[in-house]
Amino acid sequence: MNIVVCVKRIPKTAEADIFIEKDGRDIKKDHLVFYLNDWDGYAVREAALLKERYGGEVTVITVGPEESKEVLTRCLAMGADRALRVEEPPDLDGHLTAEILSAVIKNQSFDLILTGVQAEDDNAGQVGVELAQMLGLPHAAIVTHIEMTGDKARVRRELEGGIDEVVELKLPAVLTIQTGINEPKYVSLAAILDAEDKEIKDLGTGEIGLSPGKTPDTKTDRVFFPPVTKTAEILKGSPEDVVKQLTEIIKKKKGS
Amino acid sequence: MGEIFVLVEHRQGKIRDITYEMLGAGEKLASQQGTSSTAVLLGHHVKTFAEELALRISKVLVVEDAQLEHFNSILYQKVLASLIAKHQPLLTLIGHTAFGMDLAPSLSAEMGLPLVTDCIGLSFEASRLKALRSIYGGKVNADVSLRESQGYMATLRPGVFRPAVPGEKKGGIIIEPSPLHGATDIKMFVEYIEAPLTGEDITQAEIIVSVGQGIGGPEHIPMIEEVARNLGGVLACSRPVVDRNWLPKERQVGVSGKTVKPKVYLAIGISGAFQHVTAMQGSETIIAINKDPRAPIFGVADYGIVDDFQNVIPILREKTKGTK
Repeated sequence: MNIVVCVKRIPKTAEADIFIEKDGRDIKKDHLVFYLNDWDGYAVREAALLKERYGGEVTVITVGPEESKEVLTRCLAMGADRALRVEEPPDLDGHLTAEILSAVIKNQSFDLILTGVQAEDDNAGQVGVELAQMLGLPHAAIVTHIEMTGDKARVRRELEGGIDEVVELKLPAVLTIQTGINEPKYVSLAAILDAEDKEIKDLGTGEIGLSPGKTPDTKTDRVFFPPVTKTAEILKGSPEDVVKQLTEIIKKKKGS
Repeated sequence: MGEIFVLVEHRQGKIRDITYEMLGAGEKLASQQGTSSTAVLLGHHVKTFAEELALRISKVLVVEDAQLEHFNSILYQKVLASLIAKHQPLLTLIGHTAFGMDLAPSLSAEMGLPLVTDCIGLSFEASRLKALRSIYGGKVNADVSLRESQGYMATLRPGVFRPAVPGEKKGGIIIEPSPLHGATDIKMFVEYIEAPLTGEDITQAEIIVSVGQGIGGPEHIPMIEEVARNLGGVLACSRPVVDRNWLPKERQVGVSGKTVKPKVYLAIGISGAFQHVTAMQGSETIIAINKDPRAPIFGVADYGIVDDFQNVIPILREKTKGTK
C-alpha cells in the first residue's frame, strides 16, 4: 500500500513572544523555533503504522523553503521512505498549495493520501480536501480511525459533541488526519541520524508541470493583535498570597 | 447582483446553531450589499426545517432527496454545484464545522470559486470579499482579501456571529428538483457512533479543575485531581491531554468533547484555544493559571495567575486539605 503524506513546517507560537513585522503583513519569525505541524505528525505516524500492517512505501511531500528539509528528515526518521520538497513560491495560500501538491502527485500512483486536518499557524483546514477534488479522488476530513477492507477504507470522522460518523471510501482516497488518532512514538537520535543519510528530492515549481497562471486565492493584508475586550484580574503577590486570594475567590463563588 | 446563499447544517433531526448564526451574518451582509440572502436546505423529509427557517429569512431553497438523508459530501456537493451554477450567488456561506470542512474546500475547487475558511468577520470592500481570521493559536488576527470573483465562498467559525431571530413575516419556500441520479459508491455514509456514557459526568459539576498540555506530563495529574476533590469538584481537561492519553476522552471540555457551565472553572496550563474556550466560556467564574502572560486564556478568564502551576498548586493542595 503506497501512501503519500503532505506535511507543513510551522513556527511554534504557543509559549513564544509574538512581534508584528514593520510592514504589518506577518509576524516576526526569526526568533521562533520551527517544527513539524502537530496534525501532520499524527498523519506521518499513521502512515508508518499502515505500512507496518500492509507493507508498501510512504512518501512525504512538503511545499516550503530550504529549511523544510529538517522537517522532512524527521518524517523519514518516523518511518517515511522517500521525501520530496517543492520550493514555495513567494506568495502561497492553501489553494495554491493544493494546486502544487496536485501537480506533483497526479502522475504517480498511490492508494492513500494523508494530510493533517489543519496547520497550527493558519488553521485553514483547506489543503487536503481541495487536493482531493483536484485529483478527482474521494475524501474524508477529520479522521480518527482507519480500517482497510479490500479496495475500500472505512474511517471514523470526528463530529462535534463526542459523536463520530463512519464513512466508507473507495481507494485511492484522501484523508485528513485528526490529532489523537494514534500514539506518537519517541523518535530516537539514532533514527534521525540514519534519516539524515536518506535523500530528499528538491523541485522548483517550474519542474512539476504546474499550469501557468496559478496564483493564491487569498492574500493577508495585515496582521495585528486582537483588540483587548476583557482581561483577567491578575492575582499578585507571593505564591502563598496568591493561593490565599484564590481560595477566597473559589469559596465566595462556590457559595453564591 | 447574486444573492447570498446560507447552507443549512442539520444532523439527526435538528438544525445546528451555526445555521442561525450564518443566517444572521448573511442577512447583514446582504443588506449592506443591496442584495438578499437565501437559506439552502438539502435533506430528506425536511419540510418542518423549511418552515422554521422561513421565519428567519425571506427565501428558502429546498432540495428533497432520499439520498440526502445523511450527509455525504459527494452528493451534497453535486446538488450545491448545480444550485450555484443555476443561481450564481455572490457568496455561499457554510459552517466551519466537521460538516463544512468536509465539503467547502472540494466544492470551491470544483466551482473555481475562491474560499476563505474559519472566518470571525466578513465584509465587502466594493465588490471584493474581505475576511477577518484568528491565527497563530488565537494570538494574532489577520485581515484577508480574496481575489476578485463573480462568486465567493466562506466558512464561518461557530459561536461568533449573532444568530438571526425569528421575525413575523414568513419567507418563501421554493422546492428545487434534485439533480441526483441515485447513490454514489465511491463514498458512503455508514452510521453515527455516540460516545459511550462512562465514568464521571463532568457537565454536572459545580466546580471544575481542568488541565491542559501546559502541565507538561501526566505525573502531575494525581496532585491536581486531589485539589479538585478537596474543592468538591471534578477533574477535566483540554483536547491535547486526551490526545496524549493522560486522561480519558470523557474528561475533555471542547468542541469535540463536552460543554460545561460550572460555578467555577479553574484552568491550569490551558492556552485558551477557541475550540476549548467555546465549550467553557459559559462558566460563572473562570480562573486561569498559566506561565505565559500572553496566553489567550487570560482574555477569557475573570482571574489569572501568571506563574508555573508547580509554584502554586502544591500550596493550594495543602491549604484545601480537609476542607471538603
